Amino acid sequence: MKEGPKQAGAAKQLFYSQRVAPYVFVLPFILSFLIFFAYPVVSTILMSFQEVLPGQTRFIGFDNYERLWNDSFFTALKNNTRYTIWTLLILIPLPLVLAVFLNSKAMRWSGFFRSALFIPTLTSVVVAGTIFRLIFGQTDLAVMNMLRHAFGFETINWLADSTTGMFVLVVLATWRYAGINLIYFLSGLQTIPQDLYESAEIDGANRWNRFWRITVPLLKPVTIYVITISIYGGYAMFTESYMLWSGNHSPNDIGLTMLGYIYRSGIEKNELGFGSSIGLTLLAIMLVINIIQLKFFGLFKKEED
Amino acid sequence: MKPLKSLKYVFAVFLAASMVLAGCSNDKNEGTESSGGSKGGTTKLVFWTFNELHQKFFEKMADNWNKAHADQQIQLEATTFPYEDTHSKLLVALQSGTGAPDLADIEISKIGNFLKGEPQLVPLNDIVEPEIGNLVKSRLDNYAKDGKYYGIDYHVGAEVIYYNKEILDQAGVNPDDIRTWDDFEKAGKQVLEKTGKPMTTLETTDQWSYWPLVAQHGSDFLDKDGNVTMNDAVNVEVLTYLQNLVKEKVAVVAPGGGHHAEEYYGFMNQGGAAAVWMPMWYMGRFTDYMPDLKGKIIIRPTPVFKEGDMRSSGMGGTGTVITNQSKNQELAKKFLEYAKISKEGNIEIWRDLGFDPIRTDVWGDAAMKESNKFTDYFGTQIFEDLLKLKDEIAPVNIKERTPAASDVVKTKVVFSIFNDLKDVKTVLDDAVKSIP
Repeated sequence: MKEGPKQAGAAKQLFYSQRVAPYVFVLPFILSFLIFFAYPVVSTILMSFQEVLPGQTRFIGFDNYERLWNDSFFTALKNNTRYTIWTLLILIPLPLVLAVFLNSKAMRWSGFFRSALFIPTLTSVVVAGTIFRLIFGQTDLAVMNMLRHAFGFETINWLADSTTGMFVLVVLATWRYAGINLIYFLSGLQTIPQDLYESAEIDGANRWNRFWRITVPLLKPVTIYVITISIYGGYAMFTESYMLWSGNHSPNDIGLTMLGYIYRSGIEKNELGFGSSIGLTLLAIMLVINIIQLKFFGLFKKEED
Repeated sequence: MKPLKSLKYVFAVFLAASMVLAGCSNDKNEGTESSGGSKGGTTKLVFWTFNELHQKFFEKMADNWNKAHADQQIQLEATTFPYEDTHSKLLVALQSGTGAPDLADIEISKIGNFLKGEPQLVPLNDIVEPEIGNLVKSRLDNYAKDGKYYGIDYHVGAEVIYYNKEILDQAGVNPDDIRTWDDFEKAGKQVLEKTGKPMTTLETTDQWSYWPLVAQHGSDFLDKDGNVTMNDAVNVEVLTYLQNLVKEKVAVVAPGGGHHAEEYYGFMNQGGAAAVWMPMWYMGRFTDYMPDLKGKIIIRPTPVFKEGDMRSSGMGGTGTVITNQSKNQELAKKFLEYAKISKEGNIEIWRDLGFDPIRTDVWGDAAMKESNKFTDYFGTQIFEDLLKLKDEIAPVNIKERTPAASDVVKTKVVFSIFNDLKDVKTVLDDAVKSIP
């Protein structure tokens, strides 16, 4: 009874303590990080050395990693790599040029085009994938086949061939992600001071030189960022392929992706251990590619000049 | 100013914490799928399937059960998910030990995944063994491990061939003269010549054009011990024969990739091809999706490669299982026994689903001759014909590697061979290598 006020005082002190407060404030993040990130990562690493079966989980050394040397894995890796390369080749230059146009004062209806190009990003991949599957259907009445007829070509089964299948994936990616990259580049463009262009103009630089020698170099940080997330996005692609082939099973695995392969092994075939080893290998591959890429573009160099 | 600021922080922490916790509370609601409580004498049983027809069947059987068992009422909560999702969801629930339903359907090519390790399913020996003499044993063995039966199938799935009589008549072909696959090829050429239509269709994304023929010709994807035999001489012979049909244009690849595609139903309904071999359970697809062929389709035993081969095989199948997470296992067992092992249940399976039930003693039953939508469509002698085939139904080996084998067939083998016309032996050798 008589300790009451004192205790309350201590609690109050604890509550307002400047030493404790920071830890309290970061606690939610730390907790969610430990529970939802660190724990799954550690258990993935553990599982990749195990055969995970109900009641009979056991360590099997590097067996899961040895099994990675198979056709499906390489098909998945090849598909993702092709997809990533194509998206990099299209989804960096195209939005960059579009952003320059949209940023120019001479451009009319700029606000309209900005939103029109951005809206696809807001659609659900599931809806977009389903619609693209119908557009690129195999029947004579599918939109793209009718377009072919207009030019005198015959009907083809878009999603039964590796080349046309990849084409559909890249078209879908371009339609959907051009808008978001455009926004990145637009915001980058707006940080470039106008007087650089003015003084260049006075020095007699033409439009091309202004674009190539001012815009492109000054956009480098944004470009590196976009490249990095594009590489990540390319190798993490799953839903697009899953929707286009309405499931995780495309003929000859032409739409199989790394994540699709993880899902197939870990969830569909109940080989969580093998699935984990694919996941960790994918992580390693992405780390290596991105480190090389960042080194190549000099992100790690100290800004001396 | 200061207290107000810290209040804001407290509020922020509270918000963040509640966001973190929101993830958990959702789980709680979904976690209790297999329900425990009996409300007012009624027990809730949850059932997952991937086939709407199966759901309707079980709902009807639950109604019938409730009429007969006033003291043990069942409230069946049945849900139909997409095929892959049903199995993935169930696997995850069983692996993690929470969230599984009481009863679930597992398709035959997926059961291997569920029998790995210690099966998280309830052995059904005490309801199976009293009736084992009346049941087609191979259908039970598909869902067994170490002498324990874990699933009850809906049907035998006897493989037959469906001919479009109208097209055969136009071409002047008598289906009863087609006894061997050579006869079939000859008849096919005649049909193609006279009507311009292909004799049959082959699946490029599923296994039903390929697997039965291999089983009836004396081999399988796996042998009795579960070793892969997919590249043996029989498999090569069957696929070479089928590939040759495609090259001769006697067979075409099925529009939509398989015999269950929307495009395919439309194609066949307009008389697109003269024949298709599928198991008995395919009758339901004719009645429901190809109404224009009513009265034109006749059912015959499939041709053979050589004298002495079996003329049918037990294809496909779906076992209903009880999970060990069910809190009402005894009741679930009794209900499953009533729905799928009892005589009346098996008759209902025929009446409702048009499946050839696993209890052979009902095949000759008078109830099987009653007219229903299947007898209206195909004629009344369906089971008389089936009884003749009773001892010629080749079994298949369902083992742990079946999911992997079936997967490679569906994604690679049939597509490469029928669509891309690649060399049969090479494709099969590669396929075998890819099965762990």
